[in-house]
Amino acid sequence: MTQCSAAARRYADHVDLAPAPRPSPWRHAFPALDAVVHGRRLAYLDSASTSLKPQAVIDAVVRVFTHQAGNVHRGVHALSEAATEAFDDARGEIARFLGARDDEIVLTRGTTEALNLVAHSWGRAHVGPGDVVIATALEHHSNLVPWQVLCAERGATLKIAPINDRARLDLAALAALLDHRVKLVAVSQLSNVAGTIAPIAEIVALAHAAGAIVVVDGAQAIAHLPVDVAQLGCDFYAFSGHKLFAPTGTGVLWGRRALLAAMPAWQTGGEMVASVDYERARLREPPYRFEAGTPNIAGVIGLGAAIRYLATLDRAAIAAHEARLHARLRDELAAQPGVRVLGAPEAAVVAFTVAGVHPHDLATIVDRAGVAIRSGHHCAEPLHHRLGVDASARASLALYNDDADIDQLIAGLAHVREVLR
Amino acid sequence: MTEPAARSDLDNLYQATIVDHDRAPRHAGTLVDPTHQATIDNPLCGDVVTVQARVVDGVVHEVAFDGRGCALSRAAASIMTTMVLGHDLAAARALAARFESFVQSAPDTAPPAELGDLTTFAGVRRFRSRRICALLGFRALLAAVASDT
Repeated sequence: MTQCSAAARRYADHVDLAPAPRPSPWRHAFPALDAVVHGRRLAYLDSASTSLKPQAVIDAVVRVFTHQAGNVHRGVHALSEAATEAFDDARGEIARFLGARDDEIVLTRGTTEALNLVAHSWGRAHVGPGDVVIATALEHHSNLVPWQVLCAERGATLKIAPINDRARLDLAALAALLDHRVKLVAVSQLSNVAGTIAPIAEIVALAHAAGAIVVVDGAQAIAHLPVDVAQLGCDFYAFSGHKLFAPTGTGVLWGRRALLAAMPAWQTGGEMVASVDYERARLREPPYRFEAGTPNIAGVIGLGAAIRYLATLDRAAIAAHEARLHARLRDELAAQPGVRVLGAPEAAVVAFTVAGVHPHDLATIVDRAGVAIRSGHHCAEPLHHRLGVDASARASLALYNDDADIDQLIAGLAHVREVLR
Repeated sequence: MTEPAARSDLDNLYQATIVDHDRAPRHAGTLVDPTHQATIDNPLCGDVVTVQARVVDGVVHEVAFDGRGCALSRAAASIMTTMVLGHDLAAARALAARFESFVQSAPDTAPPAELGDLTTFAGVRRFRSRRICALLGFRALLAAVASDT
């Protein structure tokens, strides 16, 4: 495909690239990358915030509104049946993607809602006064604040499993925190700041031995690491569709069938009830018990399309491509004057600071060079403080990135020093 | 490295006055005996600014700002302190209101002359997500003196 070749050629004319850029073979499938931003080729290095969408997902979403525009699980007319079939198929795609059963897939608005569902439903039923919940020092606010609120409400204690200066979880310290009072351990599989990978299977073994369940925040991992819930051994796994090349407003909570079946509802209303009279309602089985109201039909069908799109690709080739780019991104950033890379990132993201330059100023200046990066605390304020900074800049990768994106970022950093004189 | 149009946007944003106030902020730090103070944060990034003032008979005798922030927020707070020092609260509030509406105005409208050095923030109007950075210091000042009517 040559949709972005004009911009790319113009770029190549200006810059002496070494080593020769290897374009991503998947870039062409993502039309947002054809954009010219401030007169420049777009170097999108913010997929950890939200990923771009392949044409296949865009087409699937458009098709919902043109051919499958009915509501799901309600009508008997043709449009409703078309929507229901596509929607149910998407749930099946998601289940197979995770190595799970269809009825273990609860559809949510995103990771945040999925984690809140666990806190509200499982948490209120199982966590009481004197109990302990553990979250790691790496957590995004969405895998920290629900547990803070749950513990405050139930008279329980939240403990933080510490990390070392490389932003790796200290497993021995976690083991020391575990005893019979611990009901739940919350951990992200791939840190959205440090880019470190948590050893989920080992954490699960420790937690289960103490009688605690394990909730995994897979928001970042889902697009980069193989996720098979049976292999991970965890009890709940949450992720967002929009970081997996699908629309925003979609998410998944996978839960063990036995846990879900015993959990009370959290939001109530239509769709989640089996029968209702004026006095009471009989609730449906999971996953519908946890899906009150009309869902994000187009978004969920888009998520199914995203997973189908990924299934057509060579996942091993993607993993190798991302690993090579990530190592280059991390090493070249670390070699820039005044740059400090946070932690010892292993995949997908590299957060960094530049001495004397606030991350917002940095992000604004490189944006004008067509480079999209995140700045701030990335919804992980305590982790930033643990690493000794208030905020950072973050470059993050997806399959559509390539060497030219990294070149553009590195060139942008030189420009930062120039503008701030 | 950057296309000319984008380059001139950046030059307009990071004016020499702003870079100067960022590097050498005026009235940075804390007061010994402030009569008023407030701390507010920028939800965009977690940046925090504290503004303190010693107000006597309605006049700002001393003012200082402290905290962490980007070049825009530090420079805006710094210029703010130089412009309200020695003036009464009514004038400070009027300046804050004028600056707020200026920053939120269309990028090509002419800046009011009475904004003085604050007109150096004209460029931020082309950076919607960064306007809050320029406004933080004044908003903290307003919060600090809110109780004093």
